[in-house]
Amino acid sequence: MSELMHELRTEQLLFWRSRELAFFTFLLPIIFFVLLGSVYGTDRIDHVKGSSYLLAGMLGYGVVATAFAGLAITLVVRRESGVLKRLRGTPLPAWAYVGGVLGSTIVVYAIEAVALIVLSKALFGVPFPDRILSLVLTLLLGALAFAAMGIGLTAVVRSAEGSSAVVNAIYLPMAFIAGAFFSPHAFPQFLRTIADVLPLTYFIRLVRDVLLRGEQVWSQPEAVIVIAAWGAFGALVALKRFRWEPREA
Amino acid sequence: MTPAITVSDLRKSYGQVEALRGVSFEIAEGEVFGLLGPNGAGKTTTVEVLEGYRQRDGGSVSVLGADPQQAGGDWRQRIGIVLQSSAMYPNLTVDEHVRVFAGYYSRPRDPVEVIELVGLDEKRSARVKTLSGGQKRRLDLALGLVGDPELIFLDEPTTGFDPQARRAAWDMIRSLRQLGKTVLLTTHYLDEAEQLSDRVAVLREGQIVALGPPSELAGARVATEVRYRLDGREVVVETREPTKLLHELTGQALAEGKELESLEVRRPTLEEIYLSLTGDDE
Repeated sequence: MSELMHELRTEQLLFWRSRELAFFTFLLPIIFFVLLGSVYGTDRIDHVKGSSYLLAGMLGYGVVATAFAGLAITLVVRRESGVLKRLRGTPLPAWAYVGGVLGSTIVVYAIEAVALIVLSKALFGVPFPDRILSLVLTLLLGALAFAAMGIGLTAVVRSAEGSSAVVNAIYLPMAFIAGAFFSPHAFPQFLRTIADVLPLTYFIRLVRDVLLRGEQVWSQPEAVIVIAAWGAFGALVALKRFRWEPREA
Repeated sequence: MTPAITVSDLRKSYGQVEALRGVSFEIAEGEVFGLLGPNGAGKTTTVEVLEGYRQRDGGSVSVLGADPQQAGGDWRQRIGIVLQSSAMYPNLTVDEHVRVFAGYYSRPRDPVEVIELVGLDEKRSARVKTLSGGQKRRLDLALGLVGDPELIFLDEPTTGFDPQARRAAWDMIRSLRQLGKTVLLTTHYLDEAEQLSDRVAVLREGQIVALGPPSELAGARVATEVRYRLDGREVVVETREPTKLLHELTGQALAEGKELESLEVRRPTLEEIYLSLTGDDE
């Protein structure tokens, strides 16, 4: 356990020390929330206040930025620079490393979620959520599932240089199509068809149900199953294909 | 004394390429062992099999009494690895790096002491991205030593160093020997192998072509060269019996009242032996 805590502290130090990472994965969702909230925060979308609707979308954007994109890019860069290979040469067990990385991702996302919720109250008067346990479970499910997909994604990214490009090309359109920024109701049919298979669509829907409609996470089995299935798929690819050594070695 | 490392008929192929074709050697506890050879000879493959990074195709390997392919965390506590590339976190300081890695070991050395040992005291609070190549390499060494290992692998530890930094690294490696550590050093610098190693193995195309103390490698292979000027003419004689030859030459010169100008007796350098072993075509 002490190895796990040591690695968690190390990962936290590394995350906050890296300005680029902290900006793109932590600050950007907050900036988008303030910007978009000031555009349509007072409108009504799907019978709820625009800012409340957007809060759920930004919790979804936050989870893909932090747990999926940020994690995948970080791990590819570490793999290609040889950091992972070096770590394999120390007594640090693989489970403690992966646990530390996942734990740190969850910590960052938790801080992000709290910051978004507090901001939504302060800036737009969104009431605090009342289904706290369901919300925590929902966000935890999302963080773990997208982290598993992020680790799985590292298997198909070949170079550190290409990692940002590949990852951004996947997660930014996904966030858009899944309705993180705007309501997808005005989207053309083909985009909605794509949205219907994306895990983020189900995650944002689940967050909305819990956050805005007072539902419990366990009363939405369909969304939970889709998110968990994607997470399991990511974990399977990660287990089969994850590499500790650089590609060119 | 049981050897720290035993390698017997080690074989490894990458696809069709046979990288190692039956390599055997032993390294005693407390020995500094140099693995020498040109690029592509199989040095890094050998070391990476011993470090547990690569699976061998044949032969047997024992490192500190364990098979690296099966050894776990307890075994890793006892070895230190300095890889060829300096992989680090650019945003952490020297001090933070050493502390992070010290945390991976159950009985680490004092990070402050290790930083001093590698001569990075003045860069303690500097972020890694601001370090020079040589300074990064010294930090590499610090990270390999902080766990206080019994056995240390150094894969080309001074590649890219200026001569001064290289001398400093050599002193450091010598101090490891004084601490009783076993060191496996790979290098393509001959002087480095000669200066540091108790014994040297020369690897060529996946096979060991010579093995022994640097001085003996020299004695066994190539004749001693005697060089002098006589009557304005440069004379070079190669001999396997330098004592006898010198006695004859000097005796004759004395008898004739002549001086053997610029008399020089030269044993071949390791470099010459190395070139004769590894082939001039490379």
